[in-house]
Amino acid sequence: MPLTFEDFPVGHFGTFGPRHVTREEIIAFASEFDPQPMHLDEEAAKRTMLRGLSGSGWHLCSIMMRMMFDGYIGNTASLGSPGVDEVRWLSPLRPGDDITLDVDVTEARVSRSRPETGMVTFAMRVRNAANVTLLEATSPIIVKRRDPAMAARS
Amino acid sequence: MPYFEEMKVGQRRELGSFTFTADRIKKFAMQFDPQRFHLDEEEGRNSLFGGLAASGWHVGSACMKLLVADGQRGAAEAVARGEKPAVWGPSPGFRDLRWLKPVLAGDTISYASEVESLRASSSRPEWGIMQARTTGTNQRGELVFSFLASGFVPRRSPAA
Repeated sequence: MPLTFEDFPVGHFGTFGPRHVTREEIIAFASEFDPQPMHLDEEAAKRTMLRGLSGSGWHLCSIMMRMMFDGYIGNTASLGSPGVDEVRWLSPLRPGDDITLDVDVTEARVSRSRPETGMVTFAMRVRNAANVTLLEATSPIIVKRRDPAMAARS
Repeated sequence: MPYFEEMKVGQRRELGSFTFTADRIKKFAMQFDPQRFHLDEEEGRNSLFGGLAASGWHVGSACMKLLVADGQRGAAEAVARGEKPAVWGPSPGFRDLRWLKPVLAGDTISYASEVESLRASSSRPEWGIMQARTTGTNQRGELVFSFLASGFVPRRSPAA
């Protein structure tokens, strides 16, 4: 049974990972989508504000998406997301980092226009093995509600 | 890229376009966002999206690709004029990102960026912080993507 709206009460939802991030994948993503020196080249990266090779912020968001998918979205009756309220890139993603995702539900409400669905808002935090926060984000997804007839029988 | 002093609220740059082929959509989705409507045409048609749809993070990453290319073009132009190009810093994040309409296989999205605010960095006098409303529009002229990007921009002369 996939997770439905009812499975996302406000509060701590779960912790996912750790996920190991390699230098090769940082450079591969940056080469395709964010070819700035701080994401591509050790020596050039040392001379930037980030003082060393770091992953693209969009790469970190994309890895977070994959961790969400593996953790729960892949088993959720999700209809997609309208957007992201905020992403804060707080510390650089470094080659070799093992990252963990903490997920809280901050709001869950039934849709007025499509009452068979609800909107669940998540607060996400990605941290490295030293417990330094790399990213904080807030984003809603649209989730199906449990079929009322099924719920009555269960 | 311009220096902080040369930027003005309301300045707009067209960043270029990116075509989301079915192959590109599936390749990104397999790696980062393997939800069924991002991987399979039939599943996409049966979803709220109405077709094979690009991951929202793919739409954002393609925007970043064009932002970087635009910056590199600007830097090359500055060098050609005999100037030292401004090297932009990292971004502290973004706000109010909206996936307004699905980006489906075959869509070409044109991105643009308009400066919304400029302020000095209080902790780093050699940097300013800009916010830019950055948008994506499909080949039918429909706004599909929008976010308020922010970034560190170097100052020509550090704030006193």
